[in-house]
Parts: sequence; C-alpha cells; structure tokens
Amino acid sequence: MTDPVQILPGTLDLLILRAVSLGPLHGYGVLLRIGQISGHALLIEQGALYPGLFRLVRQGLLKASWGTSENNRRAKFYELTAAGRKRLREETENWNRLATAIGAALASQPEEA
Amino acid sequence: MKLLDSLRFRIAAIFHRSQLSAEMEDELRSHIQHRADDLERSGLLRAEAERRARLEFGGQARFKEECHEAAGGTFIESLYKDLRFAFRMLRKSPAFTAVAVVTLAVAIGANAVVFGVLNALILRPLNVPQAQSLYAIERGSDKAINHSYPDYLDLRERNRSFDDLAAYNVVSVGLDTGNNPSGAWLLEVTGNYFDALGIQPYLGRFFHGSDERGPNSAPYIVLTYAYWHSHFQEDRGVVGRTVQLNKLPFTILGVAPPEFRGTLSFVFPDFWVPIVNQEQVEGLNVLNDRGNRGILMILGHLKAGVTPSQAVADLNSIGSYLEKTYPKDDGQMTFSLTRPGLTGDWFGGPLRAFLTGLMLLAGLILLAACANLGSLFAARAADRSREVALRLALGSTRLRILRQLFTEALLISLIGGAAGLWGSVVLLHALSVWQPLPTAPLQIPVNPDANVYGVALLLSLASGFLFGAVPVRQVLRTDPYPVIKSGSTAAMGRRITVRDLLLVAQIAICAVLVTSSLVAVRGLMRSLHSSFGFEPQNAMLVETALNMAGYSVDQTPAMQKRMIDALQTIPGVKSVGSVDRLPLYYGANGANVFTDKTTDMRPANVAAEAVVYNISPGYFDAAGTTLLAGRTFTWHDDKSAPRVAVINRQFASKIFGSATSALGGYFKVKDGSRIRVVGIVEDGKYGSLSEDPQPAMFFPILQSPSIQMCLVVRSNGPSNGPSNGLSQNGSRSNSWSASNDPQQLVSAIKNKVTDLDRGLPVTIRTWNQELESALFASRMATLSLGVLGAMGAMLSITGIFGLAAYSVSKRRRELGIRMALGAQPKEVLQAALGRAFQLLAFGSAAGLLLGILASRVLATIVYQATPRDPLVLAGVVLAMALFGLLATWIPAQRALSLDPVILLREE
Repeated sequence: MTDPVQILPGTLDLLILRAVSLGPLHGYGVLLRIGQISGHALLIEQGALYPGLFRLVRQGLLKASWGTSENNRRAKFYELTAAGRKRLREETENWNRLATAIGAALASQPEEA
Repeated sequence: MKLLDSLRFRIAAIFHRSQLSAEMEDELRSHIQHRADDLERSGLLRAEAERRARLEFGGQARFKEECHEAAGGTFIESLYKDLRFAFRMLRKSPAFTAVAVVTLAVAIGANAVVFGVLNALILRPLNVPQAQSLYAIERGSDKAINHSYPDYLDLRERNRSFDDLAAYNVVSVGLDTGNNPSGAWLLEVTGNYFDALGIQPYLGRFFHGSDERGPNSAPYIVLTYAYWHSHFQEDRGVVGRTVQLNKLPFTILGVAPPEFRGTLSFVFPDFWVPIVNQEQVEGLNVLNDRGNRGILMILGHLKAGVTPSQAVADLNSIGSYLEKTYPKDDGQMTFSLTRPGLTGDWFGGPLRAFLTGLMLLAGLILLAACANLGSLFAARAADRSREVALRLALGSTRLRILRQLFTEALLISLIGGAAGLWGSVVLLHALSVWQPLPTAPLQIPVNPDANVYGVALLLSLASGFLFGAVPVRQVLRTDPYPVIKSGSTAAMGRRITVRDLLLVAQIAICAVLVTSSLVAVRGLMRSLHSSFGFEPQNAMLVETALNMAGYSVDQTPAMQKRMIDALQTIPGVKSVGSVDRLPLYYGANGANVFTDKTTDMRPANVAAEAVVYNISPGYFDAAGTTLLAGRTFTWHDDKSAPRVAVINRQFASKIFGSATSALGGYFKVKDGSRIRVVGIVEDGKYGSLSEDPQPAMFFPILQSPSIQMCLVVRSNGPSNGPSNGLSQNGSRSNSWSASNDPQQLVSAIKNKVTDLDRGLPVTIRTWNQELESALFASRMATLSLGVLGAMGAMLSITGIFGLAAYSVSKRRRELGIRMALGAQPKEVLQAALGRAFQLLAFGSAAGLLLGILASRVLATIVYQATPRDPLVLAGVVLAMALFGLLATWIPAQRALSLDPVILLREE
C-alpha cells in the first residue's frame, strides 16, 4: 500500500457527506468509514474532522443527535438531511466533471496543445 | 512572565463553560475513547492507548476554536473572550487605564454638555404639534423681531401663507391670589394664540379669538402647569376662580398641558393673558399705535404646501402695501422667517454661532484626546510587540490580534464615555434647574434626551476606533521571528513617526483652545473696565412697579417725585434719580430723530435712531453719568415748559456735528415737536456691552411720563456686599462705615417706600447685581471657553509628558552610554527631550495661527475679542512654553538621574 496522500482543501466536506450518506455515524466512525471507502489512501488529521462536521451541521446538511455507540459509549451521531443529500449529489457531479477535465488535461499529448 | 500568564489565561478562557463548549468537549472525549478502544484491541495497555489517542488527535484547543467558528457561535463568544482579556490587560496597568478613561471622560463629557445645550436650545423644536411648519416673522434687514399690533393685524388678515398668525409679548405683573402679592411673568398673547399653535387645555378651557371684544374685554388667565403646581398645589378648583392681577380682577380659565411652556426656549412664563387687556397688564395701551414696536413677536404655522420662500414673498407684498399706506410709521417692511423660540436672529444668531463654535472646540478637544490616547496606544503596542509576535508565532491571525486591540480601545472609550456622560447629565440637570438671573425668568432647559445619549455613545465608539486604529500598521508589520529573537524592537529608524504627527496635531489643537479662551478672557476683562456711561459702584436700584399697584400713567410723575424726595432724606444717600428703563437691561427703546429743518416726518427722512430714556432730575448724579456741557433737568421742566432734552456726545456729533453747536440747538421727533438741547452727557452702553457708540437722548419725566420706573439711589459708602462678583473694580469705593451698612440702607429705603404706599411691591438690589444680567452672556461664554481652554492645557501637558517619559524610558541605554562617554547634563537633556520641545514649538505655532482665525467667531459674543492683542499672543506663547516645561520636568529629572554604570550592566 502506498503512503496515504493529504486530501485536497475543500474535499473533506464532500468525503464526510459521502461517508454519512451510507448510514448515521459518530465522529470517529466517520473517520473510519472514510478510511474504509477510500482504501486508506487519504490522510486526515483526526481533529480536523470536527470543524468540518460543525460547519455542515450549521449549513443544515447534517443533523446530529446523541446516542450509544457499538462500544457502549456515549457518542454524537450524524446523518444526512434532505439538503445534505441534494448537496452530495451536486458536489459528486461537480467533482466528477472536474476530475475528468483535469485527467484529460494531464493526459494530453504535447503537440495537441 | 506576564506574557505567558496572559496566554494561559487566554487559553483557559477558551475552555469556558458554555453549552456548546461542554458538548464539544464531550464529543472530542468520545472520539479519543473510541480511538483508544481500537488501540487497546490492537494490544496496547489502556493508559498507553489513551495517551496515543490524544497525541494522534492533535491540538485540541485549536480544533475547538475552529469548531466554535464553524458552528457560528464565534463572534459573540470571541467578543466575550476579548472583553475578558481586555479587562484583565487594563487592570494590569491601572495608571494607563486611569489616564485614558479620565481623558476620555472629560473630552466626551465636554462634548455631551455642549451638545446637550445645542440640542435643547437650537436643535429641539418648540413643544407644539407640527413644530416643523412653525415660523416666527422677522422684519427689515436687521432682522428685528418686534412688531406693532396694527402691523400684526394687517399681516394676519392679508397673508395667504399661514394657517393663522399669533403674537405674544413677555411682561411682568403683580399677582395677588388671595394672601400675598408677588411678581409674576406672563405672556401677553393674541386671542388665537392657543388655537394657532394647536394646544389643548390640560384643565378648564383656553381663551379664543372670539373673546377679544375691544380693550380690557378679556380679563382671563391661563396658567402654566408648573405655576399651577407650585402656586395652586394642582387644585382642580382653580378654574373659574378670580385673582387680582395688578389689583384688577382676572378669571382663571384653565391650565395648559405640562409640556407646553410658552413659545420661548429660555423664558418660561407663569401664565398667559389676552393682549387686548394690555392697559390693565402694562398700565398703557399701545395696540392702536402703528409706530410703537414693543416686543410683540409673531409666529404661525405655514399652510400645507407653502414653502418658506413663498411665504416671505407673500409677506413682502403686504409689507410694500404697508409702506405705501402708512409712510409715517412703516419704514422698511421686508420680512423673513426664522425658527421661533430664540427671539429671532438678534439673539438666536449669535447664540447659534457661539454654540456651533463651542461644539467645534469641544470636538477638537475630543480629537486631541484621541490623538493623546492614540500615541499612548501606539507606545503600548510597541511595548507589547513581544506578546504580539508570540501570538502570531503560535498561529493567531493578525485580524484576531487587531480585534483584540480594538476591543481594548473600545472598552476604554465606552467606560470613559459612560463616565463622561454621567458627569454631563449631572451638569445638564443642574443647568436646567438653575435660574441664573434673580430678576428674570431666564432658564436653560437643557435636560438631556435620547439625542444626547446617542451622540455620547456615537462619540465614544468613534473615538475608540480612532485611537484604536493608530497601532494597526504597527501590528500588521510585526514580523514575529526577529522580535522574539532580539527581545525588543530595535531602533526605530524613521525620522517622523505617526506618534510625532499626532502630538503636533494635539498640541496645535490645544494651542487653539488656549488662544481662544485667552481672547475671551481678555475681552471680558476689557468689557468690565470699559466706560458704561454710568457708575454701578455704590448705587442701589429700587424697582417699584407702579403699574402693578394700580397707578395710571398720569399719576406716576407725582408719585415718583414723592418717592425721590423721601429717599433723599435717608442719611448717607447722596443723590436719587429715576429712569424708566435701565441701560443694559432688556435692550433699549429706540426712537427716530429728525433734524430741525425736516417737515415731513416719514421714515425716509430720519436723521438718526436714538435710544430714549425718560429720567427725573437728579438721575445723572445718581447714576454717575458725567455732564459734559449745559445743564440737567429740574422739576420745572414740566408740561408747561418748552420741551427739552439732554443728549449724549454721539447724538451731538451725529445730528449737530459737534458738542458746541448742539447745545441750545433743536431737533424734532416723530410727532413733529421741536425739542431743545439743554445738556450733553458722556456716551455709554445702552443695549449691550459690545455695541458701538449709539446716539441717546434723555427726556424729563414731567414732559414724557412713563409708567415704568427704576430709582437709582447713590450712597456715600460701599453699597455692594462683599460677595459681589464685580468688586474687583471697586478701587473707587470709599472706606466702609457703619452708617452706610448696605443692609441698613435697604431697610431704610423699604420703610420710606411703604410709608408712601403699603401696597407697592418693591425690589431693591445693587446696580452691580443688576449688571450680572448684562454680563451674563459674555460671562457664560468666557466660562465655557475657559473650561475648554483648561482642558486643552491639561491634554497638552499629558500628551507632552507621555511622549517625553516614553522617549526617556526607551532610550535609557543610549543616554547611559552618552553619559558614560562624558556627555554633559545639557547634552543629555537635548538628546532626551529635544524632540519633544521641537514638536511643542511646531504645534504651538500652528495652533496659534489657527486660534487667531477661530477667534473671529468669538468677536460676535465677547466684547472686544480681538486675537491681534500682543498680550494674548504673548500669553499663549508663554502658556505653551510653561506647559512644555511642566510636562517635561519629571522625564528630564529621570534622564538626569540615570546611572550609566547600572544601566549598562542591566542589559
């Protein structure tokens, strides 16, 4: 396995939304889920996750509630709101377009430029 | 270590126990527990697992702050944190805080007081419905507010611009409500007064235009709420009761609402009486005399949709009709509109100019204070550069640090503003209940309202931002690495710093203030020592309102003669005389004068307008007016003798060319009668202290009787009490003797008068006391300018002191080296304080120039206020040099007492 890469600025929110879209998660769970779905290729500072979560809650894309975790500990669980679901769709589409465009640009041959 | 402490506090402050923080804490702890669970499962011991989990998590504090920001609670919260930190920083340097708060409190307080007065007297409209469309009418190019009653009637009936026009006049009367007769002030008003203003009665009813059915047809009184409260104990049964006004029965109709206190901003009458009863109230009726312009003031609401300029055009067309129809009485009949309440522009104009000037000066004080605090803040920021650098190095943003500094500045400015506002509110309340003149119902109703509070708050915030902004650039430029490495900001290489400029500006402002207050003080001193044309020292004034005691005009001269004769018999009294109207009191009565050759007495042929006094024989002796040529009057100058007059020197030179040709010459007055000049007296002050020499003429009372009269009693000894404000020019007073005890004299006069008529109200005071009212305006002006000047002086001293002390403390090392190398005290001082003195000299020069320009405004109020006075110029230069010396004394001592050995070892 290659070393994990630092994520691009601004992509953390997208990753969180995606992780939570698969089912309610607490903060640490979000971290694990991102690791799992990205094949552990991304490096995320653990603490940096939380400002992102708070921001998404404030924007109304996530909603949070306290519950009990699988470890039998108190934890705050996040789930997507309808707005969050919509935003995830849009952002995914945007990302795919961006990635395709950048991929195409990088794959181009020098004489075509 | 205070720096680390403050940082620890700062971090601790982040952990404050708000709901959000507690929850956040729980959540982060939960995260670490879950991580530790995983690590434990992979084989670590629990304690080690938790330690690792915490390490992996990273800087909790930072993330928490970021979470706060992300959650949106950041602004209020960090404001709260900043405030706590600011409080702590200020508590740590109490001297700095005290200086800053006091400086601001004084500056903002001064502004609030001046604004309070400005607001109450000029900005706040009269308390009537639709005050915005209410205007008073002024006449002629000199904006006279006095009109005659027939002119008023024409204006009222012929205009098409006003809903209605009312007129009013201020008069004093004797009122007897049953037990004790006392003097009272009232407004004589036209019947439509209340209706035109749209005032509804609080109790009973008002009189109306329909109540006016000829002279003395409406003996009615409407009380003000205040008078009803103080003299009738709010007895609701007063309506319909009859009281004795000048010994004549008048019926109380009703009470006005508490918020309506007449149509003058600074004179609150006791009640209102219809003007058709003028004869009963004043003793004579001039309502049919078109040429007699008392002080009848006209006001009214403009019709909806009529602009002031349209109204003026309308009035002027009536004016030209009046000029044509009544050429004898109506001269220049052009009109203009003004705001009511300040008796038009002759008083309101200078007052407005003066208060605006004062507001400007107060604003300058605040600017100077801000400059002062700005440089203090800059110095503080420089001293705190290590802290700033450390915070930057620890990841704080510059914006955050700036916000912290601004919070500190605003905190200081708000505390200072609150203190200043409190002081000014106390002062304004005191001013509002103050009755500055015992003889007139003059009031300064300046109770603060929301405007004053708003302005104080605004000024506090503005000044906070202003002086808080001074160190901004300094913070923005801070580069954390060299500062932390070297330990202090190295040499400031710039030749002119912002601080220097601020100090120059501040000193200039202070010099302006010092200049203008010195100009005003000089002007007042001159006006006190100029010739009034009478000698107030050792003169008593006895006022017996004959009109209040029921005397008619024809009866008065005989009564006056009896009183004069009686008073003359009092031992110690040198001379007694009477005059109808005291000079320098309520303005002067003017009359048109024609040359002897004139046959057509129309206003266009007037040779001069002269002030008129009707006096008894002996008045000039009693008043101390010097007779230059000819004779004064005797009791033989009566109706059967040819009409004679005494004129002043100005009259003589204006009508006759010279004093010698005037004596024995003739002039004419409006009714065409020829009057012979029998004597010439010195010029005096008649209307105001600041007037130019005016022509004046004196008539014998037996030939032109007057209902009003004031007796002047001149005694040998000092007749003024020790508490008198004018006693400094008492150099001419004789030695005090028991027989001339002023108290004895007063009771002797009282006895003599009551012997003649028991029911005659008498007021006795010294002429010097009376002069207080004439000097009131310039006194107040001088006082307020003096206070502002003192504030300016204080600010310049603290400002220079701050700079000098700071520069000495910053350069101790350099000074120590100089001394170690053999510098003499003089050179050390030059190095330490040369800059401060340079700035002082520069600022003073600039301020002096500006002050000279600014003092032109003063000339309108303060008599002979000229800035081109060598004494004033020298005074300003001397004062500023003295302030400089005073302010640099302590820093200079400190510089000289430096011990180079200790200093060099220290660092």
